[in-house]
Amino acid sequence: MALLEVRDLSVVFQRKGEEPFAAVDGISFDVSPGQMVGLVGESGCGKSVTSLAIMGLLPQRGVRVEGTVEFEGKDLLRLSDRELADRRGRDLGMVFQDPLSSVNPVIPIGVQVSEVLERHEGLRRREAALRSAELLDRVGIPDPSRRLKEYPHQLSGGMRQRALIAMALACKPRLLIADEPTTALDVTIQAQILSLLSELVRDTGTALIMITHDLGVVAGMCDEVNVLYGGRIVERAGRHELFAEPRHPYTAGLLASIPRLDAPRGDRLTPIRGSVADNIPWAGGCAFAPRCPNAVDACVERSPEMTRDGERLLRCHNPVGRPAPSEEVPVQ
Amino acid sequence: MSAARGESANVSTAPEEDRVLVEVDDLKVHFPIKRGVVLDRTVGHVYAVDGVDLRIQRGETYGLVGESGCGKSTLGRALLRLVDQTGGRVVFDGVDLSTLRGEPLRRMRRRMQMVFQDPMSSLDPRQSVASILVEGLRAHGLDTDRVATDRRLRELLTAVGLPGTALRKYPHEFSGGQRQRIGIARALTVNPDLVVADEPVSALDVSVQAQVINLLGDLQEEFGLTYLVIAHDLAVVRHISDRIGVMYLGGLVEEAASDALYQEPLHPYTRALLSAVPVPDPELEDRREHILLSGDLPSPAAPPSGCRFHTRCPWRQADRCDTERPALREITPGHRVACHFAEDIRDGRIARHEVAAEAVDATTGLSGVASTSAAGPASVTEVLGP
Repeated sequence: MALLEVRDLSVVFQRKGEEPFAAVDGISFDVSPGQMVGLVGESGCGKSVTSLAIMGLLPQRGVRVEGTVEFEGKDLLRLSDRELADRRGRDLGMVFQDPLSSVNPVIPIGVQVSEVLERHEGLRRREAALRSAELLDRVGIPDPSRRLKEYPHQLSGGMRQRALIAMALACKPRLLIADEPTTALDVTIQAQILSLLSELVRDTGTALIMITHDLGVVAGMCDEVNVLYGGRIVERAGRHELFAEPRHPYTAGLLASIPRLDAPRGDRLTPIRGSVADNIPWAGGCAFAPRCPNAVDACVERSPEMTRDGERLLRCHNPVGRPAPSEEVPVQ
Repeated sequence: MSAARGESANVSTAPEEDRVLVEVDDLKVHFPIKRGVVLDRTVGHVYAVDGVDLRIQRGETYGLVGESGCGKSTLGRALLRLVDQTGGRVVFDGVDLSTLRGEPLRRMRRRMQMVFQDPMSSLDPRQSVASILVEGLRAHGLDTDRVATDRRLRELLTAVGLPGTALRKYPHEFSGGQRQRIGIARALTVNPDLVVADEPVSALDVSVQAQVINLLGDLQEEFGLTYLVIAHDLAVVRHISDRIGVMYLGGLVEEAASDALYQEPLHPYTRALLSAVPVPDPELEDRREHILLSGDLPSPAAPPSGCRFHTRCPWRQADRCDTERPALREITPGHRVACHFAEDIRDGRIARHEVAAEAVDATTGLSGVASTSAAGPASVTEVLGP
């Protein structure tokens, strides 16, 4: 059984005097224990809102969240604030993009790490401090006992992100959500953090949801990759299948538009034309249709359903390569 | 860029000096770190750029890569005299910029322009596009005839792929990619020879990045521009550059033609940097060698002695590395490396070893300095502010 089952998750922002806007529009996916699942897409595709909805971190007012998010059989969306607070930090950990704005700048790192342990495991301050030092050591921070007394600004960006990972993993959560964990970091530090994350996930059996815009990051570590566009999943496949043969024109377009280190240096890139601003609503067709090189008449007439092709899920009327598989997926 | 390559083949018979547009000799930019309210003592320096030599040929694209804090942005700014240099020389088209003051310098500025990273904060939100573009023309006395100016602005917008109606709009009405196009058009209004582009695409979405990269290439062909492109994304830099310089802690550690650098990186830092870039190909990711550097970039306020990379270098040797700063030397034609043991590493005579992470904080170098500076400026951009 899956550890996390997200079914038909929608997040609609409603502001007074404005049209409601669905940032996430019916997303379904599963995460099994120990699995690394990637959510990939550009800004505005709904990947971060999905993670905030799972963690129950969206504001209560002006936002409508629908669907179910079952974690070990319990729907997280129906839990009370108290029950959810018990689970966050214990069962569910989260690492955010910007390590400086996700820690309290006026409280030493050590207090912030031990806080999690005191809150969820009921440890005494002394024990919690010892465990914190072990944790910092585990995530590769040199001289942990000294670092515990320091404030966030005294740590470098990479160290802060390590400290944040230590906090997220303090209670050995069963699910870790990493939202762009390396975007603010330099490449050599990014490589350190990514290898640390995969090592920790392998060692502890924690499941990981990796949210990123960088296809290179998911290519190296995720078992399964979901490509998001305009709030919906447009393609899902194992990483080897997805990168070897992208079927959705958006996935293919993304891969063609990034300069590659491993390919011969061509003269021109093939960008995806237009920008997200050109999207049409899913209700009347495919949101990507105005930018799609493969668009046919059907794309602006009816919304494409999710179809299954072996292990791959695809939402497209006219995919790259072969014609669209006919078998529709009922729930997803 | 393709034009640049073709052109460099044609003009290779011209004398060497004529082809060089920018010549940088032993350039140094040090920022003082000040302490105290009344006395304002200088307690140390951030060695942002510390002895860089490079030459940029006419019509080529020179890429500068490195991580944050390595001094690449400061180098770009010093080249345009946007920050004052502490030592060394920048010669632009035969004129030593460091000797220029006042009016002659201002006139020289017409020939070198800059494209900034964040198109939102580098465009005035209260100026219309027309007013943004015309400002440079006015400053250089090129806005003499209203009809001609209007025609020129429309030409520029067409060149960067925006409709003429954009002139009356304001920056917030455009998407990130379009704003960057406006930033590029602004740089081109005064017909510059050199354009310094500091992280021109890093604020943009992947699918839009490619549009802007292609645009930069087209414009270079059309207007015969020379580019200095500063970026941290190695794949982007490799794609657009003819030659690339790799910076680490204020110095150039390797310089080579773009393909040569990627095929045979000779400096240990370049090798680590290249292996750290995630490649969107799972087969290759699983297979290829990953060199994980331990620890962080040391503070540029307290650079390590000798080779600045020796604290993190997996090929570090017991002698020379920590005492003698390696000079940039030519190993194969056009390929310069600042490493004592580059040949030995290339030929496999020195093996890689584990490096323990060293705790990095500025206090180690600036003993006695108040703890507020303990983290040190992660980057000079941080010191300079926006």
